[in-house]
Amino acid sequence: MDTIAPKPDTATRPPLLRISQENQPILVAAGFILVILAVGTAYTLSTQGSATLLSPTYLLQQLQVGSFLGIVAAGMMLVILLGHIDLSVPWTIAAAAMMATAVGGPAAIPVGLAVGLTVGLVNGMGVAYLRIPSMIFTLGVNAVMRGLMVAHTGGFAPQTAATDLMQWLAVAKIFGIPVALLVWATVSIGMVVLLNRTSVGKYIYAIGNKEAAAYLAGVPTRGIIVLAFGLCGMAAGLAGTLLAGYSTKAYQGMGDAYLLPAIAAVVIGGTHILGGRGRYLGTLIGVILIVLLNSVLSIMQMPEAGRQVIYGSVIILMLLVYGRGTKITQ
Amino acid sequence: MTGTPPSEQAAPPHVVLTGVSKHYGGVTALDNVDFSCDLGSIHAVLGENGAGKSTLIKIMAGVVQPDEGSMTLAGKPQAFRHPAAANAAGIVCIFQELSLVPDLSVADNICIADPPRRFGLIDSRAQRRHAEEMLARIGCEDVNPLTRVRDLALSRRQMVEIAKAISKDPTVLILDEATSALTAADVDRVFEILRRLRDSGISILTISHRMHEIDAVADTCSVFRNGRHIETFKQGGRSEKEIVQMMIGREISAHFPPKPPPKVGEPLLEVRSLGWENRLKEIDLLIGRGEIVGLGGLDGQGQKELLIGLFGVLKGMRGEVRVDGKSVSLTSPNAAKKAGIDMALIPEDRKTEGLMLPMSIADNLTIASLEQFSRGPLVDPAALDKAVEDGIDRMQIKIGSSGDAVSTLSGGNQQKVVIAKWLMTEPRIILLNDPTRGIDVGTKQEIYLLLRALAEEGAGILFYSTDYEELIGCCDRVAVMYDGRVVSELEGEAITEENIISSALNLAEAAQ
Amino acid sequence: MKGRGTMGDLGIRLTHNAGLLTAISVFIVFYVFYNMNHPRGFSTAVLIQNSNEVYTLAMVAMAQTVPVLLGGLDLSVGAIMTLVNCLASHLLNGSPLQMFFGIVVCMAAGAACGFLNGCVVVFGRIQPIIATLATGAIFVGLALFLRPTPGGNVDGDLSWAATNDLFEIAATYGFADDGEAAWFKPIAWIPVPLLLLVFVALFVWIPFARSVTGRTVYAIGSGEGAAYMSGLNIERAKIAAFTLGGFFAGLGGLYLALQTSSGNADIPQAGAYTLNSIAAVVIGGTSLLGGVGSAIGSIFGALVLRTISFNFRIFEIDPLMQPLFEGVVLLVAVSLGALRVLRVKNTLELFR
Repeated sequence: MDTIAPKPDTATRPPLLRISQENQPILVAAGFILVILAVGTAYTLSTQGSATLLSPTYLLQQLQVGSFLGIVAAGMMLVILLGHIDLSVPWTIAAAAMMATAVGGPAAIPVGLAVGLTVGLVNGMGVAYLRIPSMIFTLGVNAVMRGLMVAHTGGFAPQTAATDLMQWLAVAKIFGIPVALLVWATVSIGMVVLLNRTSVGKYIYAIGNKEAAAYLAGVPTRGIIVLAFGLCGMAAGLAGTLLAGYSTKAYQGMGDAYLLPAIAAVVIGGTHILGGRGRYLGTLIGVILIVLLNSVLSIMQMPEAGRQVIYGSVIILMLLVYGRGTKITQ
Repeated sequence: MTGTPPSEQAAPPHVVLTGVSKHYGGVTALDNVDFSCDLGSIHAVLGENGAGKSTLIKIMAGVVQPDEGSMTLAGKPQAFRHPAAANAAGIVCIFQELSLVPDLSVADNICIADPPRRFGLIDSRAQRRHAEEMLARIGCEDVNPLTRVRDLALSRRQMVEIAKAISKDPTVLILDEATSALTAADVDRVFEILRRLRDSGISILTISHRMHEIDAVADTCSVFRNGRHIETFKQGGRSEKEIVQMMIGREISAHFPPKPPPKVGEPLLEVRSLGWENRLKEIDLLIGRGEIVGLGGLDGQGQKELLIGLFGVLKGMRGEVRVDGKSVSLTSPNAAKKAGIDMALIPEDRKTEGLMLPMSIADNLTIASLEQFSRGPLVDPAALDKAVEDGIDRMQIKIGSSGDAVSTLSGGNQQKVVIAKWLMTEPRIILLNDPTRGIDVGTKQEIYLLLRALAEEGAGILFYSTDYEELIGCCDRVAVMYDGRVVSELEGEAITEENIISSALNLAEAAQ
Repeated sequence: MKGRGTMGDLGIRLTHNAGLLTAISVFIVFYVFYNMNHPRGFSTAVLIQNSNEVYTLAMVAMAQTVPVLLGGLDLSVGAIMTLVNCLASHLLNGSPLQMFFGIVVCMAAGAACGFLNGCVVVFGRIQPIIATLATGAIFVGLALFLRPTPGGNVDGDLSWAATNDLFEIAATYGFADDGEAAWFKPIAWIPVPLLLLVFVALFVWIPFARSVTGRTVYAIGSGEGAAYMSGLNIERAKIAAFTLGGFFAGLGGLYLALQTSSGNADIPQAGAYTLNSIAAVVIGGTSLLGGVGSAIGSIFGALVLRTISFNFRIFEIDPLMQPLFEGVVLLVAVSLGALRVLRVKNTLELFR
């Protein structure tokens, strides 16, 4: 991990070497991606004699799978920027997928999105109006969604299938580019515009930095919190709908594998876990890092056990690097 | 100079400070001060905000170290590096912010530093006995040591704080405005305790703003002004008028823009019998177009609540607020800044309430007025940049780049950012909560000029300041608050420091 | 307020423990209701079964209590439980000495996991919630290494003895005339897990709560600034709190291995235990803001949660409704705690 070179004591650095604190995690994460690619390629070269990881087809395929995570992480970033978190993502994904496939027809995708939005709005209300810590409220909402879905499906994978449009969005390609990747790109452009070019984006950063100051500046803080959670829920709903299209149906626990990686991607990308700081580019790079880490681990046939350990370690390591730094400079 | 204790006529002073000075940056907090206090005596320290009282006791309690000068305790020279050293030597200080843990019991709190133990575990019976003993010593037998501190009234907490302090067996007990949050009846109780402690031979040093309270309890008084020790006299040695004179006695140092002749402007903001909890009581106030109304009084008499209440922060307010003669409902700052009301608040603490410190200067400047620069859902970056530039120019904020974090600016420039942020919303009613606290003289002057200019453009300004000079120099009218009420309104020639201070100390009522 | 001054000691103690007492009363009502409606009525067999089902959750709930008292949250308690469960499924067999050694190692492993959490939080200065989210993944990963598929080899006698009543211990290990001795009769019916629960509460939790470190934990949760001003050792108390939490979670995992005679690195199960531990803590009267409550309350919180599902069983309510019900109970519990928001008159106070 000698890539984590720039220490955050920028004040004592000569100007040329000074890297803004916001961009430093992005550079570190990007460097780490190169390390992953190098290690993975070295492995495949020595075992298979080919540089599988570097072929464009393979990379596109990986990014297609990664786009589901990317969409979830984009939504998650909004609430983390506020200084909150959304732990209801796993069963929001599953619920959106199950409802979308259950309804079917042209309404499938709108229903999936609406389920996500509704869950998100409920989360936002609990956090903004009741001021229950988001950690706990969204954990409870996740349990309720799981309960509702288990009751709805009888605990089995639902028999209903994803609509053709859902499948097309998830697996089809246009000019060799997966449609799912285009959906992720659209969401990403939306995020960049939202965070940098709208008042809502500025308000989100302001609330994450100092909610009292934002409130006293006349920012409608409650509305913004509800909106951000709503968008986060909707992103999870979209991911669930696409995921159902990808595997042609919904199934129990389909969202479980997305919560921790989504938080990890956001945090690794330099968004401060207590809110207020972070760029969307970082989240994008964080997602790519995790997707490639996953690819390399599966090429190496790493069991689930190793993945869990590596995820946990990477989050802690990255947080130790950025988290400590920000505390000192504050 | 020092008063002699009633019992030990010939005893030398217990604590003696000689030639003590303390500077913070360029500001002199204490200037070559000699000071002493005796065992078995209650010694009051008086002075305006910034007179150096707090620095004096912080030095005695080991919180800060003096730049020059020396201190002796019972004849031995002492230099405390930290509060624990002062505690060990017998000097214990009770600061304004309480140090009690709210969810622990009274007994737990009194014994928190070093609880009695048996087999390594806290012996709750012994702890309770000890707590009862301490409470009995100060005459608070009626406080049950098992009660949680959270469940106690504020006055009782203050007494528990005293019990906690004396369980350390001090010879010098210092109280920094320990009565400022208490009601008159509770103050009497605390005084009763202080007298008992004095009679048991402890030296007590107390800081208070309330003149009649000092009359009631102190044996000796010292007046401080501008970091200097002006005079020490025995209780009754000086009249109230003389004391007030001693506290003021300085020349006006700042220059204020000339006040226009008094005129009857149209009423802009009318407040009618406004109340909130027990902090604001029946407040009537009128601010006309083009008028600067000052808000005076001691700290914590409801001025902050009045300002944030008008700005929609407080829930459950009683009474009526009218803007342009129309009754308005102020439910949030967002509602208060909207068209039709056009209110702005420069909050008390710019670091936690006024600014998002890690964010850029530009982001901070525009956060309150983003809607104006938006086309549909999108912000127009060109309009935004121009507004930022205009704001920086107008307030003459000294910056490197508008993209720098606002935390990199000096205090004065930070305050200018807060003000510029609100000027961008083009407010008609401007509420200011002590906007010049902790900023340099030059910036202060710019703020005075700006306020007068805004008033001349037709804005109505409500200006709370802890600095009486500002109120006198800047305001067309001054409302002085005491205990949640407006106790007097001074106008024109009547706005003098003497009048403000006597209203602030509520001398009229105390005399009755 | 004034009335409080004249309130007697008993009154004060009752008010302080209102949350705990509510949890106890709710538990008694539910449990009596359960037994009255049980087809075979009250019997020691039912009691033994119930205590077995409660013990692990009670331990995990106690584990969650300690960080919550600090004002934090530990999302790794379920993971620590799972890890120790898998570890125990390897170690609890062989000679008595080996088994004893195995038990000690398991308990130490739980405490070590908690210690790691504490160090990450204190020295890494990472928020407890996100730190334990990450360490939880590591612990579950380690558990999967130990037990890629469910299974294991737990000594049958030990398992049998630990999950039945005292009579079976005596009969299994041949003391007190195989449990037939006259002096042994009056206590022979007591279920072992119930006894273990009381033992842990009395000899681990209470001494901790009454130590200076335990007092410091409460003080930090109540007001870290005041605790600091009073000269308390804050870092040591935080690490101790997380370590004790890990220890309790480890005890839960150890018992789970005895109860199921196997280890299972089940990620959803770990998550469910973490979630239920938070619910149990809240129901047991511990404030999520820290500083108020006790692990004893959390035991009763766990008892209430479990008794609810016992009642589900009796009335043959669809077990599929159970997850929904658990979620609703948690949401209602935290929302009730949030009612204080309605009493806050100064909006600025909400942001602190």
